[in-house]
Formats: sequence, structure tokens, C-alpha cells
Amino acid sequence: MKILEVKNLKKDFESLEVIKDISFDVKEGSVVAIIGPSGSGKSTLLRCATMLETIDSGELKYLGEHAVQTIDGKAVYASPKDLKRIQSYYGLVFQNFNLFPHFSVIKNVTDALISVQKKPKDEAIEIGRRLLEKMGLEDKEDAYPFQLSGGQQQRVSIARALALNPKILFFDEPTSALDPELTGEILKVIRELAAEDMTMVIVTHEMSFARDVADRIIFMDGGVIIEEGEACDVIDNPQCERTKMFLNKFENR
Amino acid sequence: MDLSVLLSQLAEGMLISVEIFTLTLVFSLPLGLLVAFGRMSKNPIIRNITKIYISVMRGTPLMLQLMVVYFGPYYLFGWSIRGYRFLAVIIGFSINYAAYFAEIYRGGIESMEVGQYEAAKILGYSKSQTFIKIILPQVIKRILPAVTNEIITLIKDTSLAFVISVSEMFTTAQAIAAAQKTTTPFIVAGVFYYVFNYIVATTMEWVEKKVSYYR
Repeated sequence: MKILEVKNLKKDFESLEVIKDISFDVKEGSVVAIIGPSGSGKSTLLRCATMLETIDSGELKYLGEHAVQTIDGKAVYASPKDLKRIQSYYGLVFQNFNLFPHFSVIKNVTDALISVQKKPKDEAIEIGRRLLEKMGLEDKEDAYPFQLSGGQQQRVSIARALALNPKILFFDEPTSALDPELTGEILKVIRELAAEDMTMVIVTHEMSFARDVADRIIFMDGGVIIEEGEACDVIDNPQCERTKMFLNKFENR
Repeated sequence: MDLSVLLSQLAEGMLISVEIFTLTLVFSLPLGLLVAFGRMSKNPIIRNITKIYISVMRGTPLMLQLMVVYFGPYYLFGWSIRGYRFLAVIIGFSINYAAYFAEIYRGGIESMEVGQYEAAKILGYSKSQTFIKIILPQVIKRILPAVTNEIITLIKDTSLAFVISVSEMFTTAQAIAAAQKTTTPFIVAGVFYYVFNYIVATTMEWVEKKVSYYR
């Protein structure tokens, strides 16, 4: 079953074409990594898919439901009511965590369950505690974000996204704001989620991680998909010249 | 003149000063938020009207504004409203302070990271939930020092009510000083303002401490 379908997505900023014509699917239980040089449009693609940016034309479907379709050359979004439901199918983990600083860790994880999904408080707390335990943060539930390391904050934000039980989870460079010694703990968490068949789309600069964790890799440059395929094929045996050049830079470091 | 007699004469004026202060805050703090929204509105008409309002309120003396509010209805429409004097003071102070508070709110709201809105949107919070639960509490923490400044200024500004003959504390002190040919009422007035400010500043310090549990 396809969780996400993106078709002919186009996005301009002013007159600059950031995403030219992108199509791809994400199947249930699969992990897709999006790699590419900075400015290639990969973060914008993620922001379009999560509807933080509106698209100019193309199609976006979650679980077979249209979030956006193009009618007479114009992108038409679903009704606010439908969008609200579609929005609950996905979660997003930000590069800068974007935790709510005035909420304790447990409140960060549970508040949307209570005030958006209208779950009873004790049920929400139970879900929150289970997730914090999974993230190795069971002793931090009363802490505030500023008291945590970057890696811990990112784990809280993953728990916060998972609490709403999304069908698909997006990661926007989840380790880019972290010190190198802290990236490992986040990658480990994502690996564990992959092992549980969580459907994920990850924008990342960690090439070896992408190869290990992803089923498919999309290499983007200049707003288009240059190469797409099985993870080990794309990383170890790239077909396109641009992919080779990009990956070489990483190996030479 | 006995100090206790003096104090009892001044007490009524003190009460009026405290009333002006309290009522002004009660009305101008929420009104300021409304004005801030107008100032940040996407609608250019609303935005520009609010901009002019703020500009006039900040660009002319409060004393003059009080006179306009009090005498305006009579000169413009021929209305003479009974017991309007005190109400005019509250209206004048409230619309003036709302303009200052609006700019403080705006500064606070605009300083919020866009990531907070985005995280809330992804988690499914509605626009009003996002503002009330996520944005406003953080804005209040950020603007507290600036708000404290305004509140302290307001205490001292209450004396301006004399311009439309509302006998707040300072007016009363002046009257007694003139009648009795003594400066003691002014000293008492000074002490009163200082103590009032001290209480307010201490309270605001306590509030700031209350919200310092996060960064």
C-alpha cells in the first residue's frame, strides 16, 4: 500500500524554480532517504509534502486521499476538514527540534494528544511515558527542553511526533544541528524505528546511515531527481555522473 | 497640621490614583493585544488605521489626549454627560497605554521563531490553540521587562488626571500645600508614589521569577 504519492510536484520561490517536476511514492513500511547537495530542493520538497509550503502544481496523496491535486493547471488543496484529517497521517521531526520551551518533556509529548486528539489525560500520559522510555528518557519527563542536550531534545521531538501515531514520519536533517558525538544516538533511534517497519522519509547528509537504514534513496540536485533506486545501488554503484561527483566529495573527507 | 489628618485628607486622592492605575491596566492590556493584531493585520486598511492610531497616541501628550477625550463630546456633538469626568480619565489613559502595549506585544510576537508555529501546525493545533497555548505564554515572558517599565510610568502618569480636575493624589496634595502653606503634602505624595512603585516592581519581579523555569 502506498502511504504517500507525489506526482509532478512543482514549486517556485518568486521566479526561482526550487522544485521542477518531482514524482515518487513511499510504500508502507519502507524507508526513503533523500540526499543531495545543499540548495538542491530536498528540504523544500519535505516542506511541500508536509504542507508547510504550498505547491504551485502537482499532486499529493496520503493513503490514497488527495491533499492537493492540479485542476486546470492550478494546485487545489482539499477542504480544511479533509486537510486536518490528512495532516494527522504524518509527523515531522525538525532539524532544530522546535520543542515548546515552556512545556515540560512529558507535556511536549502529550499535549497534542490531549488538546488535538482529545485523548483522556491519563491515557495520554501513559502513551507519553512509554515513548519516553523507548527513547531512553524515562528519567527526564519533568525536565524542560533547555535542560537537555541536543540529542535528548531531538529524541523528545521524535517521541512527540510518534505520540500522535502517524502513518508516516518525515525527518528534516535530524542530526544537522547536533554535535558529531550526538548524531549516533539519533541515528540509532531511527534505525530502531526502521526495524519496526515505521514508514519514514529522511532528508539527510549521513551517507553511510542512509545506505544502512533506507530501502530506497533519492538523489536530488537542482530541483529534480537525478537518481533513484535501491539504497546500496545508489550509494555504492551510482549510475549518474552528478551522483558520483556528489558522493565522491563525502568519501574524500 | 497633624500628619494623620493630612494622611486622611490625602487618602481619598490615593484611592483615586490606585483606581485610575488598576482600571487603566484592566482595559489597556487586552485592548493593546487587539491593537497589536490590527497593526500586524494582512488587511492594509486595518493595518494603516492602527498605525496612525499608534502614531497619534505616542506622538501627542497624554495630557492633551485627556482634554480631547473629556471636552471632545461636548465641542463636537454638544453632549454633556453627567459623571463623565472620571470615565474620561479611564478612557484617555486606556487608549493611550493600549498603543504602547500594542507595540510591546508586536515586538514580542514578531520575535517568536517560525519553527514554533510550524511545529504546532504539524501537530494539528488550530490557529487559536497555537496562539493561546504555544505563542502567548512565551511572548508574555519575553515582554515582561518592557511591560514593567510601562506600568511604572503609568503610576506616575496618574497625576495627569488633574488636567480635567479629577482629584487624584497629587492634585489633593497640591491643594493642601497651597492652603496650609507647607511642603509636607508633597513629601507625603513622593513617598506614596515611591511605595506604590516599589510594590509594583516587587510584584513584577516575582512574576518574572515565576516564568523563569524555562528558557
